[in-house]
Amino acid sequence: MSILVGKSTRVICQGITGEAGKFHTQKAIEYGTNMVGGVTPGKGGTVVDVGGAQVPVFGSVADAVEKTGADASVIYVPAAFAADAILEAIDAKVALVICITEGIPVNDMARVHRVLAHSSTRLIGPNCPGVITPGTFEEGQHKSGCKIGIMPGYIHRPGTIGVVSRSGTLTYEAVWQLTQLGLGQSTCVGIGGDPLPGTTFVDVLRLFQDDPATEGIVMIGEIGGSAEEDAARFIEEHVTKPVVGFIAGQSAPPGKRMGHAGAIIAGGKGTAAEKVKALKKAGVSMATNPARLGATMKELLGA
Amino acid sequence: MKIHEYQAKELLAKFGVPTLRGALAHDADGAAKAYAALGSKVSVVKAQVHAGGRGKAGGVKLVKSADEAKKAAAGMFAKPLVTHQTGPEGAKVRKVWVEEGCEIARELYLGVVLDRAARMPVVMASTEGGVEIEEVAEKHPEKIVREWFDPLQGLTGFQARRLALKLGMAGDAFKAAVPLLQALAKCFLEKDCSMVEINPLVVTKAGGLIALDAKVAFDGNGLFRHKDVVAFRDKDEEDARELAASEHGLSWVSLDGNVGCMVNGAGLAMATMDAIKLAGGFPANFLDVGGGATKEQVSAAFKLILKDPKVKAVLVNIFGGIAKCDVIAGGILAAAKEISLTVPLVVRLEGTNVEIGRKMLDESGMKIHTASTIDAAAKAVVKAAQGGKA
Repeated sequence: MSILVGKSTRVICQGITGEAGKFHTQKAIEYGTNMVGGVTPGKGGTVVDVGGAQVPVFGSVADAVEKTGADASVIYVPAAFAADAILEAIDAKVALVICITEGIPVNDMARVHRVLAHSSTRLIGPNCPGVITPGTFEEGQHKSGCKIGIMPGYIHRPGTIGVVSRSGTLTYEAVWQLTQLGLGQSTCVGIGGDPLPGTTFVDVLRLFQDDPATEGIVMIGEIGGSAEEDAARFIEEHVTKPVVGFIAGQSAPPGKRMGHAGAIIAGGKGTAAEKVKALKKAGVSMATNPARLGATMKELLGA
Repeated sequence: MKIHEYQAKELLAKFGVPTLRGALAHDADGAAKAYAALGSKVSVVKAQVHAGGRGKAGGVKLVKSADEAKKAAAGMFAKPLVTHQTGPEGAKVRKVWVEEGCEIARELYLGVVLDRAARMPVVMASTEGGVEIEEVAEKHPEKIVREWFDPLQGLTGFQARRLALKLGMAGDAFKAAVPLLQALAKCFLEKDCSMVEINPLVVTKAGGLIALDAKVAFDGNGLFRHKDVVAFRDKDEEDARELAASEHGLSWVSLDGNVGCMVNGAGLAMATMDAIKLAGGFPANFLDVGGGATKEQVSAAFKLILKDPKVKAVLVNIFGGIAKCDVIAGGILAAAKEISLTVPLVVRLEGTNVEIGRKMLDESGMKIHTASTIDAAAKAVVKAAQGGKA
């Protein structure tokens, strides 16, 4: 078991003929992800060669879904067109949409949210590394895993720790620590560094709490917004599994955007100290040192 | 992206927000001329810098003659304006805005921002104008009224009327407030603003409304579709290194410490800064070289870091995922040779081909200290920055 994605997930890639789309589709296929097609407007009916695999290209998401039975879509469309790509996937009733694209205007996302709220689609991202349910590596091949996004597959191992994070490389860091300590992962979800993510910490925490295969949760937040405080309230009331937390940006100055569009202390709100305090109060084991994320989880599990 | 008050007023006026007549001056004589041209006995000279809190810092002066205007402007140009937002070094004043005066009956606050929790923009308004909204929020939260609006519809008529009523508006002021509120929301949506603020909005003795001060900031991700907004950009007001970094596709924030940092990914970069602080040191900068850092970017990043004379040691922390560690190590070595590195360098690499990468660094003959964890790297670089051996 896992959350959101697994080996039966059928994935299409919006923007498959672009450089990023093509490259990461190849990596996903190598990992064992079931990539059933791609979408590039104007290139419907063609086939794209992705590292030797022939992937059919459709002119619209609706067409791709109809022909392939896809239930997930990953978006590598440039920022100026990404919101429209998300809306198209929602319109085609794709159950899970994962938007990797960075740099989407926040007002575009505010408009997307008005549509998303009345749909059956779950959006992950934008500006995120994606979602991975690690598979095993046997006889030179990846098996039973599903990797949708830009994370390096090899750092992951199948296991029982759920990881949820607003970051990219910091998530890899946490995953790598877990893997080296022998703690595999059920699913790792990058919710992204933008101010208006489609899926929040609370959404993912709920999924992990309800997933029988997840025994512990690593949550990596950062400065800006109040999603971590919301998560703290949810954990206090609903999460019985051990949670390890870390908040990046304890040394960040106020009023400055720290790389991520959403990582900014505005009007004195959204500081790391506030978030750490709320999570500690909710019983989360906070790692003060980013090098000790894995070790903190290991100690917590008594493993 | 921030713009000046006079630019914000120019933009808002295009959306129908009433503003006062004024003129820009680049020197004291220009301010005197601007005063004379305005023909308003009571005028105001306002320093144009990208920072709030100008009034209290002496950046806004009431003048009643051309000579007074000249003196006021000369004072502003003479030394950096130190407000609570500029830091102790202050902000150099390069332009002043000379504006006609008006008769004030009441001062209100209006602002539009994105409410991340509600996932919608919100108009915030208060009868406590002329003071900072953060201060009102702390001392009199009940005096702030809010109206969230659908970005697909904008602020509707009834919402604007509801806000105006809550602000105690009546008569001519009420009639003027409704379109003004809608204009603010429209500007926010159409121009991809991250903030639109009028503080204070003045109700004049004649019952009219005037935006006495205005502050507008933009979502950098939306700039590609607003050439008119990009034209407002004043590079003189921006941190030179942040500007140079952005030209190389790097994300940079200047800080006060002496440990230069180069990291891939914003979250890891923040975590690395945190680790340096935990080890007893202080980062000199935040720098995200991006997920797939190239040799050129690494080289440009090194140069930027070393331009800062405060930097006593440099920490490179790269988690090589898609980009392999041996390639990154090659980039670091090439860049370090090219710029003849003079301060201790600590490199922490992790990820694909990490053994090859570390070996390359260790065998390069250059004084590079390698570390395997963030923690060890942070401790080593802090020690080096304090004069010890890495």
